[in-house]
Amino acid sequence: MTSPPSGEVIAEPAPSGLSRILDHRVLLSIVVLALLPWLLPSKALAVNVLIYGVVVMGYNLLFGYTGLLSFGQAAFFGAGAYFTGIAIGRYGVPWFAAVPIAVFLSTCLAAAIGIVSTRTRGIYFSMVTLALAQLVYYVALQAASFTGGENGLRGFTVDRISLFGLHVNFLDPVNKYYVLMAFAGLAMWFQSRILNSPFGAVIEAIRENEQRARACGYDVERSKLVVFMLSGAISSLGGCMLALHLSIVPLDILHYQTSGMIVMMVLLGGARSFFGPFVGAASFLILEDVISLWTPHWQIFVGAIFVLFVLFLPKGIWGTMLDALGVGKARP
Amino acid sequence: MDLSLIIMQLLSGIALGAVLVITALGLTIVFGMLGVVNFAHGALFMIGAYAGLYLASLTGSFWWGLLLAPILIGAFGMLIEFVLIRRLYGRSIDDPLLLTFGLSYILVEGVRIVFGSDGIPFPTPPQLIGVLDLGIGFFPRYRLFVIALVAVVLLALWLTLEKTRIGLIVRAGARDPTIMQVLGVDIGRVWLAIFGLGVGLAALGGVLAGPMRSVNPEMGSLVLAEAFVVTVIGGLGSIVGAVVAGLMVGISISLVALFAPEMATIVMFALMAVVLLIRPQGLFGVRGRTA
Repeated sequence: MTSPPSGEVIAEPAPSGLSRILDHRVLLSIVVLALLPWLLPSKALAVNVLIYGVVVMGYNLLFGYTGLLSFGQAAFFGAGAYFTGIAIGRYGVPWFAAVPIAVFLSTCLAAAIGIVSTRTRGIYFSMVTLALAQLVYYVALQAASFTGGENGLRGFTVDRISLFGLHVNFLDPVNKYYVLMAFAGLAMWFQSRILNSPFGAVIEAIRENEQRARACGYDVERSKLVVFMLSGAISSLGGCMLALHLSIVPLDILHYQTSGMIVMMVLLGGARSFFGPFVGAASFLILEDVISLWTPHWQIFVGAIFVLFVLFLPKGIWGTMLDALGVGKARP
Repeated sequence: MDLSLIIMQLLSGIALGAVLVITALGLTIVFGMLGVVNFAHGALFMIGAYAGLYLASLTGSFWWGLLLAPILIGAFGMLIEFVLIRRLYGRSIDDPLLLTFGLSYILVEGVRIVFGSDGIPFPTPPQLIGVLDLGIGFFPRYRLFVIALVAVVLLALWLTLEKTRIGLIVRAGARDPTIMQVLGVDIGRVWLAIFGLGVGLAALGGVLAGPMRSVNPEMGSLVLAEAFVVTVIGGLGSIVGAVVAGLMVGISISLVALFAPEMATIVMFALMAVVLLIRPQGLFGVRGRTA
């Protein structure tokens, strides 16, 4: 047996210029995100694209790359936000410590949910993740002394970001965007490393053919659990960003509608591509922004557009574009 | 703790479980036949409740609502299968699930547009108002009626599936649709009917639950989670499993509500987690397809 193939080492016959540029997917993504606040109508929208982009990117690791359709990603998004808020507001932890603590605790939660849910396959997995995420929702609803229950978590505000003697006014929307973009950049680098590693090849092998991956000697169950935790960790970082951004955590963040929204975003953008989640998050949020200008019932249109995507454009906007251009083994 | 109180609570649990059984049954029958999990099941439950309420106020009688709502919504379900779901057979198993999820958005928002976002009270039919003296305590008449009606529906379903020619085709089609086509059965029509039946059962659950819960556009999301929990515990595709698990969940919610009310919504999820750890395919599930 030779060592397992890693994501990108399979030799490509003379990659085109465009392909070679697109292979620097993390740098390119950061450049696009850096320009985003100046391209979108409002800074608040840009911040949301950033936050949901990170959440959906983490989810894409699970759904797009491993082929596990979870309907419970809101649990980790919400956990990241709640743990950050509780650490800062209740225990007075500074923000730079609160974020790693929150990600760590959310990853533990992902481990617990993952142990139960990765024992199941196919449609069962979707149903079980949905049910367990609803369990987290009801626990947060009942533990009102910790989480604020139905009113959401309040009473923590980060107005100044200080690190290494450098002070940034966090209330300024532009500053806020670029501070949060640093988090997003970190998450993208981490995700790209995972995908380029041998482990990244293993999860794609599981998606393509679970039995064959098992026959090749890979521990499918353990890989699924690990990818579930990694995915939860990245999505929870998005939750931390949300908590820092809003200074409140609404209970709805844990609801299964949020999980569904994450699924919608990844499909609109394009599962199984690196930048697709950001495209999906941006399309969804812009759609919501534009339609809600003239009707409060924007969900009916979003639902209809999503149904059309499932029927006619299952690879999403970005995924279809990549296919049309035929670029990049790395699917940027 | 008073024993008669526990028995009364047990009965309450059976009434609650009866609605769960009907709802989960619709989900599990559709999965068993078509291999599709309908994520709009909760939304269709909610639409059933609204349709029942609307038809009852239109005709002036709860009974017309109870009879017509499941039939109308079941026909609507057949339309959904014919127009949307049918296109997805042969594609990834995730696709029907995603499609029905998108559909639930449309249905919920549609109801908000027509009936508004606020909850509407669903009046109990006048014949069933009040309580009945059972000797050990008083029990709401309406809940007894729910238990009895669900028992009748289950019996009818069981007889149809086991004793009739149609039932034979349905059971054979669930086992091997290709052979059924070779034998000259139009399996597409069977699937259409089964999807309609599943949606009709969701609507029936909605009408029955109406007087016990308040009717609002969001009621479907909790129901969907409950129906999932019941089918996962019972084993997806298993009718006996849906009945046993539905009653089990209903009874545990009621009994836990007696001792620790704040744990009532949480207990069913804990039950599901325990079942999954011990028996990933569910109590009556067949290993291989799902676990």
